[in-house]
This record gives sequence, structure tokens and C-alpha cells, in this order.
Amino acid sequence: MGRPVRRRLAAAFVNGALLAMAALTVFPLVWMLSVSLMSPGEASTFPPPLLPGQATLANYRELFTQAGMGRYLVNSVALTTAVTLSSLLFNVAAGYAFAKLRFAGRDRIFKLLLGALVIPPQVAMVPLFLLLRHLGLVNTYGGIIVPALASIFGIFVVRQYALSIPDDVLEAARIDGASEFRIFRSIVVPVLRPIIVTLAVFTSLGAWNDFMWPLIVLNDMELYTLPVALASLSREHVQDNELMMAGAVLTTLPVLLVFLAMQRYYIRGLTLGSVKE
Amino acid sequence: MKSAGAAWCFVAPALVVIGLFFVGPVMAALALSLTDFDIYALADHRNLRLVGLHNYAQLLQTPLFWQALGNTLYFVVVGVPLSIGVSFGTALFLHSRVVRFQGAFRTALFAPVVTTLVAVAVIWRYLFNPHYGLLNYGLGRLGIPPVDWLGDPSWAMPAIIVLAVWKNFGYNMVIFLVGLQSIPEPLYEAARIDGASVWRQFRHVTLPTLAPIVTMVNILTIAGYFQLFAEPYVMTQGGPLQSTVSVLYFMYEEGFKWWNLGTASAVAFLLFLLIFGVTAVQLRLSRWDVP
Repeated sequence: MGRPVRRRLAAAFVNGALLAMAALTVFPLVWMLSVSLMSPGEASTFPPPLLPGQATLANYRELFTQAGMGRYLVNSVALTTAVTLSSLLFNVAAGYAFAKLRFAGRDRIFKLLLGALVIPPQVAMVPLFLLLRHLGLVNTYGGIIVPALASIFGIFVVRQYALSIPDDVLEAARIDGASEFRIFRSIVVPVLRPIIVTLAVFTSLGAWNDFMWPLIVLNDMELYTLPVALASLSREHVQDNELMMAGAVLTTLPVLLVFLAMQRYYIRGLTLGSVKE
Repeated sequence: MKSAGAAWCFVAPALVVIGLFFVGPVMAALALSLTDFDIYALADHRNLRLVGLHNYAQLLQTPLFWQALGNTLYFVVVGVPLSIGVSFGTALFLHSRVVRFQGAFRTALFAPVVTTLVAVAVIWRYLFNPHYGLLNYGLGRLGIPPVDWLGDPSWAMPAIIVLAVWKNFGYNMVIFLVGLQSIPEPLYEAARIDGASVWRQFRHVTLPTLAPIVTMVNILTIAGYFQLFAEPYVMTQGGPLQSTVSVLYFMYEEGFKWWNLGTASAVAFLLFLLIFGVTAVQLRLSRWDVP
């Protein structure tokens, strides 16, 4: 067999395999959207239909009017925004300081933080619950926001990026009499902008998708986030497939859209700490 | 001196939060696991007693704890190699020089990673439905009789593993892909000049260069899979016949359903020790790899 023919066969095989793989991967998500537009009961037939006979928004209407999803959507948006903005402030400041400022014990503390990364977060959950209960934060937004104000991962990512800021730029500003806070605001933050965007995308997706901790700390239905509400709804409405799919769309479409829009930044965050030493 | 003060202003807020709401609670978890903290102690702290290692001893005699441990190990031992294998295979395909639309493929394959676990568990519960699920329909077309995926104790965990692999493989795929792209082309050229076949190039250039990444991916994936919780919570509620109760699911029920917070802390600590031990072993093994 000639080389060009073999090469073309290989190309067809590789691209075909990837196409099949990608179709298989995306299918459940596309189907979720399709079933969410079916009328009640339509999806509980055999064989299951691939497309709605007549597309309807009735399930979404029911989610908002009967199941109170509007409230949960507002909770999720509010909590995600609050966690993302506040934790950015804490993590960026700390990450920069670990990279560029001198203080006693800096490297020791940083090593300890890195070591603590191996501890699964669930180990802290029981005492954290008791502590927040003592502070009156259980069953409030604060119970979600306060423990999430800073993260070791966030500090680490910012520090790695901030290491590349040249010292003479900071030194020159100091000689000009700029205060440390001024330097931070007008030199450091603009330079760190790409990593700040990356961290913002990461943090907001994580906060939106978080399940176990909100499940533990929020008991009032009024305060539920979308994942917690969807889980509780799915335990009640086991048979209402169309309604549940609409709930799944409402929960997961926002993160998918954010990902599609900010993909470049997200992927960079994935590979930042890993490949580069 | 002045600048050290400013530095503390930058780090202190984050350190206080991490100390107060993470490091402190982790240490408190160890202390709590040595007490009989339960619903009575929750009401009145005077009911709290130190019980030493009693919770641990008790756990080791609880059949459900062993079952949860076994289920979780099953999930890790089968799920992690599958997950990493799919990630690596797809990354190799994506890295191939003949691929068109690499970006579009990558986006599609990565999409499940960012989705909400609870939402996709709801989708897959429907796909696995024994009566009108699409999966059984597809199998039926191939002549395979229907399976009660989430209702049969021997199929429920495999079903959860399928969901987990689908949801997670994109993450490691991207990491492998970046690793593959960072291998310098001259290495391959040199191998080709020496007459190395494609397989030998893979075996002697690709794999050794990727070894550190593989180790890291292994460690992170195993640690992640040990933390199985939302999938059984949504899809099976630990059933059928407790075949999908994971260690964390057991901890959640013990702690936040029955309020046995001392026992729950002991469970969390055992899980931590397990993950820590497995991580340490892998780091050791990876050091042996280096000639």
C-alpha cells in the first residue's frame, strides 16, 4: 500500500473514532435538553423518543411556578457571585505576598499549606459544622461563604503566576514612594489579570456545582442552591422525567455556557500547577 | 520592616480563614473522633465524654462500614484505571497529527467535566431506567436482554462507574494532551533516525517523558475517586442492598442523619489515612521508576 493511502486511512480512522467518541460524550447533554422540552409522560414510553413530538416549555413553567426553582436559581447566583468575588480578593492578595513580599516564615508557611492540600476537605466537615453552628452561621448564606473565603489552591495558583513579576518594577515603584497597597492595586493586579480571570472561572464553577457542603449546612428550603434543590426534587419526582430534565438543564446550562465562553482561561488553570514545575 | 507589616496585611486574612475554617477543624476532627459526640452532646456539651479509640474499634466491627469501604475500593480499583485509560487513549488520538478540528473535539470531550454532578446523575438515572431507559433500548437492539441497572446490587456500582468515567475522563485527557504536546519533536526525530518503530518511539520516548504526569494524574484521580458521594446520593441512595454506600455516604448518614458526630469524624479520619497511605505508596513507587 502506498504511503498517501495509508496516511489517509489513518486520518479517517482517527477522526472517525474521535467523532464517535465526541458524539457519545455530548449525547446525554443534548438529550437532556430534548427531553426537557417534551410534554409530561412523553419520555416514559418505550422506545424512548429522541425528539419531542411538539416542543413545549411547560416543564420550565412548572419548575418556576410549582417547584420554586426561581428562588434556588437566585440563591445559586448570589452565593456563587459572593464566594467568587470575596475569595478572589483574599487569594490574590495572599498569593502575591507569598511570591513577592518578604516576611518571617514565608517559605515554611507556604510548604505547610502545600502539604495540607492532601487532606480531603470532608475531614474538616463535622467540626466545621459545629463551629459554624456556634457562630450562628448554619442555615445561612454565611455558612457557605465564610469557609470559602480563601483556598490553598487559589493562593498556590496566584503565587506561581506572580513569581514572574520582575522585582525591579516593584522596587522602582517603592523608590518613587508608592505604598505597598498602591503597588498592589496599580501594578500587581493588572499584571495578574489573566490568572485572576482563570481563578474566577474555576472558583465560580466550583461554587456553583458544590453539593455536599450546601447539603449539610443549608436546611431551609428557602436557602437551597440548585444542586441541593435538584437532588431533593429528584427524590420526590422519580417518575417525572421531563420535569427532572428541565431541572437538570437549568442547573447545568449556566456552567456549560460559562465554560464555552471562558474555555481558554479554564484550560490554562487545569495545566498551570501540573505540567510546569 | 515596614514592608513586612504590609506583607502580613496581604497574607493574614487568607491565613486566618484557612486556619480557622480548615486546619483547625481538621485537628478538631481527630479530637472529636475520640469522643462520643452525639445528639445529646449537640444539645448540651456536658454530655460529651472522651472514649479513646472506642469509635474506631466500633467501626471495625460494623458490617456496613466494611461494606462501604469495599464498595469504595471497588469504585476506585475499577473506576480509576478505566477513567485514566480512556483519558490517555483519547489524548493520544487528539494529539495525532492527522486530527482535524482538534479544538472542537477537545471542547466536546471536556464538556461533562464542568457540568453539575447532581444534574448529570439525574440524566444518567433516566438513561439507566430499566423500563424506558435508552441504554436498555440500545442493548435490546443488539439482542441483549434488559438489565435493571440501578436496581440490581451487582450492576448498580458498574452503572455509577460508567457515569463517573463519562463525567471525569476529559479532565485528565487535557492534562495528558498538554504533556504530549510538550515533548520536544527532536526526541522523536532522533529515535526515527535510529530506526525506532512507532511503537518503540511510544515506549521509549513518549511514556518515560510522561511518567511524572502519569504519577500525578494517578494520585489526584485516586484521591478524587475515594471521595465518592453525590452519585449514590442521587442515583441509588446507597442501594440496592447497600451496594453503593460509599465511605463518605456512610459518614454523611452517620454524622448528619443520626448525629453520631464522633463516629463520623472517625470515618473521615480513616478515609484520610487511606488516601494518604495510597498517595505515599505511589510516590515511593514513582521514585523507583527513575533509573
